[in-house]
Amino acid sequence: MSAGDGPAGSAGNAAAVDRTPVADADVCVVGAGPAGALVADRLAGDREVVILDAGPRFDPADRLARQERAIRPSYGRPDVWDVGGARDAYENAGSTEWDYPLNHARVKGVGGSTLHWQGMVMRLHEDDFNSGAERGAGPDWPIDYADLRPYYAEAERELGVAGASDNPYAPPREEPHPMPAFEPSHSDSLFAEACEAVGIDMHSVPNARNSEAYDGRSACVGYGTCQPVCPSGAKYDATVHVERAEDAGATVIDRAPVERLDHDGDDRVTAAVYATPDGETHRQEADAFVVAAGGVETPRLLLLSASDRYPDGLANASGAVGRFFMDHLFAGAGGTLDEPTRQNHVGFYTSACDQFYDEADETQAPFKLEFFNYAGPSPVESALTGDDWGDPLLERLRGEYGNHVAMGALVEQLPDADSRITLADDRTDDRGNPIPEIDWTVGDRALDTIERANEIQVEVLEELGADVEWVAGPDATGPAYHHMGTTRMSDDPDRGVVDADCRTHDLENCWIASSSVFPTSGAMNPTLTIAALALRVGDDVAGWLGDRT
Amino acid sequence: MELTRRDAAAALAALGASGGVALGARVAADRGRDAGGDSGGDGTGDDAPADDETVRETLTAVAAVVYPDDATGVEEFVDGFLDGRLDGSAHAAGVREAVAELNRLARSWHGGAVADLDPAVRDRHLREVGADIADEDPDGTTAERVRYYVVNELLLAFYASPTGGELVGIENPQGHPGGAESYRRGPR
Repeated sequence: MSAGDGPAGSAGNAAAVDRTPVADADVCVVGAGPAGALVADRLAGDREVVILDAGPRFDPADRLARQERAIRPSYGRPDVWDVGGARDAYENAGSTEWDYPLNHARVKGVGGSTLHWQGMVMRLHEDDFNSGAERGAGPDWPIDYADLRPYYAEAERELGVAGASDNPYAPPREEPHPMPAFEPSHSDSLFAEACEAVGIDMHSVPNARNSEAYDGRSACVGYGTCQPVCPSGAKYDATVHVERAEDAGATVIDRAPVERLDHDGDDRVTAAVYATPDGETHRQEADAFVVAAGGVETPRLLLLSASDRYPDGLANASGAVGRFFMDHLFAGAGGTLDEPTRQNHVGFYTSACDQFYDEADETQAPFKLEFFNYAGPSPVESALTGDDWGDPLLERLRGEYGNHVAMGALVEQLPDADSRITLADDRTDDRGNPIPEIDWTVGDRALDTIERANEIQVEVLEELGADVEWVAGPDATGPAYHHMGTTRMSDDPDRGVVDADCRTHDLENCWIASSSVFPTSGAMNPTLTIAALALRVGDDVAGWLGDRT
Repeated sequence: MELTRRDAAAALAALGASGGVALGARVAADRGRDAGGDSGGDGTGDDAPADDETVRETLTAVAAVVYPDDATGVEEFVDGFLDGRLDGSAHAAGVREAVAELNRLARSWHGGAVADLDPAVRDRHLREVGADIADEDPDGTTAERVRYYVVNELLLAFYASPTGGELVGIENPQGHPGGAESYRRGPR
């Protein structure tokens, strides 16, 4: 593929691929992102596993061309991984000020959104699991940090996490990270002096990116385009576990959007009904089903599966399917120094501050601070815009690049039943199914906390001697593309969609592996928790299948 | 500041040489384009895509305008870069077509192919085409395609290379796999 090839470039020879159902499947997994991949890998070998994904199997040889798309100005973020079009149509409700750019926030295909993620992998804090009891805000999870702790450790090994134990605010851990942390950047060293002066602790940050060769993948080679594409494979993506599951005998059917889940009269899912590029529709039957389609498509699929027995959608006796849609809010500030800051050599950050995270209470959300290594323009991207070339262009690039600094922050938003995913009334996708409609709202606790994060950021930048040029506050915030909450976990079937094992209350053979089960979001990037929960789901499914034989 | 074969190889490593050639060739063939590379015309026909030699001459001549004045080794750099880029892909076909169009307009407006024009006229020609103010677009107007396949093709190769990046102050520019150490170093 070349950069200019159109979306069809990903399609491959669609007609030559066998996309018919697998006979006698034990487990059908819907979604080949990190959650589905880890569940499938957990179960493959011992069980007959099928993975269905709406998107294609991307050719690894195309990654440089996708990187070129990431750099060239004529391509938007969704173009990099061929997101968009009728398959991915969605709409915002229009009734709120919070439009959600869904197709910037996801990738459909084998690997899912880990293909374009940045790869930051923190554990949630202990209080995140008990937000109601400890902070007076939101529900408690039906599980504690201790329940997930061994799975966190395993998830770190599975993904390959580079980290250190220098973070005094991190939750307890029993073993080091699998790889040493990435060393601090030059700009981190500049920030360190300012942070010390104002009493702020900096520490390393865990990356799902190889700081040394790991699991057959190379160490990071510094392409600097981690988000949205890592050509070297040093950044973890879920193709790792999809391929491992396939090696163990699992079957992957790509370009196979699941349109509904069928059930019998005994509250069991019987088949995933999926479409294929040839226009056919198939039924994949299995003993157990794991829905792992992310925070938007997971509730959409359950709603699309409404039946006479379940008129409000599958697994929706609580009415919570699609509700409590959350994301993390971005807060940031940046400016320039009068010295070189060496930005944009890599596309990830190496230092953070969790010092204020557990100050959270009813009025202040948990938040974490990030010290960027990619502040200001990237010269190569900047070179491709503007009406200059030759020496004037070089002079412009020299003027733009070199002395930027910036800090970011992620802030928790509380779950709100009115922040939700529903099915659009009158618009359908390329298969004639109602598209998701997003009605995202953000409450005052998050907005006030963004201001608090901004205050700290500006204080640090001013101590650093920066000319502060921008602040992304409550009026300029946006989502971090972490979809959460839409099939929340609860012990109470009237208040949640899945139980503490992530199994749906209403259907005994259906699990959900996704950040959609998070009752609250914390402010840590969700993928490590998604991975830990997925491994736990894998064990629960294995146990359930084992009990039946 | 001398561009080297190493820079050309680095630019290719960043942007891809022949990744997906088979797919690219198929796409090009589907569009009825000549994906073979050497059998195209010289760009003098009404619609003929430019052949390899014409693409190399033209892009080298344009590079002399869009690269900084003290860049040397430009011809070798462009040659090395194009060794990988002129494969059978749809992108390569786009480059050939844009070059042919740029040359056709040069002949019509200035009486000669781009490579035969005085550098100042070459610069003016690119601006008359509109490539300076156009946003790149592989499927757009002539100006947008010349910006995409000619001007930005060259600027991308240059500023994603270590030598081009270093001129700006970044020895490991985005797109170049220059290792995970330079971000830690202070200024030299």
